[in-house]
Amino acid sequence: MTKVTIIGAGVVGLCVATELAERDTDITVIDRGFSPGSRNCSWWAGGMLAPWCEGESAEEPVVRLGQKAMNWWENNTGQVQRKGSLVVALGRDQTELARFGRRTSNFKEVDSEEISKLEPDLAERFSKGLLFAEEGHLAPRLALQTLKARLVQKGVSFIQEEVLSLHERSFETVNELTIDCRGLAAQDSLPDLRGVKGEMLILSSPDVCLSRPVRLLHPRIPLYIVPRGDGIFMLGATMIETNDRQRITARSMLELLSAAYAINPAFGEAEIVEIGVDARPAFPDNLPRIARRGNFIHVNGLFRHGFLLAPAMARMVAEMIFENKKPELMDENHAEWRG
Amino acid sequence: MRHFYGTTLANPLMLGTAKYPSPAILADAFKRSGASVATVSLRRESGIDLAGQDFWQMVRQLGVHILPNTAGCHTVKEAVTTAHMAREMFDTPWIKLEVIGEEDTLQPDVFGLVEAARILSKEGFQVFPYTTEDLIVADRLLNAGCEVLMPWGAPIGSGLGLNNTFGLRTLRAHFPDTPLVVDAGIGLPSHACAAMELGYDAVLLNTAVAKAGDPAAMAQAFANAISAGKAAAQANPIEKRDMAVPSTPVIGKAFLS
Repeated sequence: MTKVTIIGAGVVGLCVATELAERDTDITVIDRGFSPGSRNCSWWAGGMLAPWCEGESAEEPVVRLGQKAMNWWENNTGQVQRKGSLVVALGRDQTELARFGRRTSNFKEVDSEEISKLEPDLAERFSKGLLFAEEGHLAPRLALQTLKARLVQKGVSFIQEEVLSLHERSFETVNELTIDCRGLAAQDSLPDLRGVKGEMLILSSPDVCLSRPVRLLHPRIPLYIVPRGDGIFMLGATMIETNDRQRITARSMLELLSAAYAINPAFGEAEIVEIGVDARPAFPDNLPRIARRGNFIHVNGLFRHGFLLAPAMARMVAEMIFENKKPELMDENHAEWRG
Repeated sequence: MRHFYGTTLANPLMLGTAKYPSPAILADAFKRSGASVATVSLRRESGIDLAGQDFWQMVRQLGVHILPNTAGCHTVKEAVTTAHMAREMFDTPWIKLEVIGEEDTLQPDVFGLVEAARILSKEGFQVFPYTTEDLIVADRLLNAGCEVLMPWGAPIGSGLGLNNTFGLRTLRAHFPDTPLVVDAGIGLPSHACAAMELGYDAVLLNTAVAKAGDPAAMAQAFANAISAGKAAAQANPIEKRDMAVPSTPVIGKAFLS
């Protein structure tokens, strides 16, 4: 039986644990907070499983590997909403819609009438949109809690402890693997990791009903709204090149809320339930990486694609450990690679 | 040869650093374009402290001149404060001064611009003012201490090209010794080429490269166009005429009647 310690119980740590728990392993997960919780960056995620939409700005592996996410989450949590996603733009930004269409695939164009059938609360507001019918979404916090509960059932133990430095702690035991899934906190081991600040809001707006994520294109302030059910919506998310994760700025708040108001003025009456701020861990090409240093394995850099890519990354980790298969997204330092 | 506050640029392309799909693609675009100046935006990108150091570290590693800007500033005070932050952060007296007057067109507030330029020049900054093609404003900016002018081609990010070539040409004719840069509105390499053909000293752009499907390839296309335009300007182009080169003989006709 392989003894494995996973540090970090965000979306990456929990997905890796889930994959490894199916093999002959004895797993301990360490996280600094009560996890999953607000100290995990994935706690603030949108939960969109939208590989084709992400293709607008992301590289090919994101689109391809992301397509596996929906089934994985369905199998492991049973909570995926398969209703597609809808992309719209206001009148003067129609060129953004055309451009988005040119940069992506697997969608169909919908007109005003079709939009009002899909989302009655958007009726008359948009003359044209793109429907990515095969995409889905989930409620990230519930999904993380479900993963953890299932892991506990399978005998995985969870410890609450802050791992300040990997080097101060002796994980180096023969036949014991340590998998570092700390996100941005792993900057001490992964120097080219950087933070990209994201700000989001959770709104309560019982007057509005949406059944799928809606993306509003805008040349300066693109935004998405993900329905969480019961009149709760997640509104996100900014992308700012900084590690700072302290507070939302007034400007970001204004921009997010004006965009929501443009989608449906009823959002003007919404209550702001929560304000979320965190920094996504990213490498310079914004693609995730697996790095192996002896008995240490680092999985990091999932950027804005935590829920979309964590299942594929977790599968790669499992295949690397048990089948000696070289991961597709391995870092450039292959010195430690045995294969 | 006209220089920028004592600095001669190896390449007349100034490239922005915002809106690329990733820092790796940004670095690739710089490499392919040969750009000699990177503009960086403080207010939007770095927040209130210097926390955004990782990104700036990557930009520094490009090995080009850094031109911080005051993008997103709407008042003189805001622009001056941002310039101070920029000087501290990047250790350069260069500042691309933007004072935005209107949110929709991001048109410069030329009155605030002149005032901020005067304050910053007195403080020892070397100001690159983002202005319109207005001749009188240009004159006031030079009086305020600017030694470079950066008139717009069209509104920021619009990709419309050179909206007023007459105005840009007039500016060139009136200020033969001042380095002039077309800043903003460039959408295609042909626009950049046209700016260089007018005798401009450099072109500043961001969105046209960063938001292209293949930013690095587009950066290379701009490099080629800019080099063509520069060569054309140096080769002394022919003047435009109202009169065609005659296709029928005029000798013997009373063309002066």
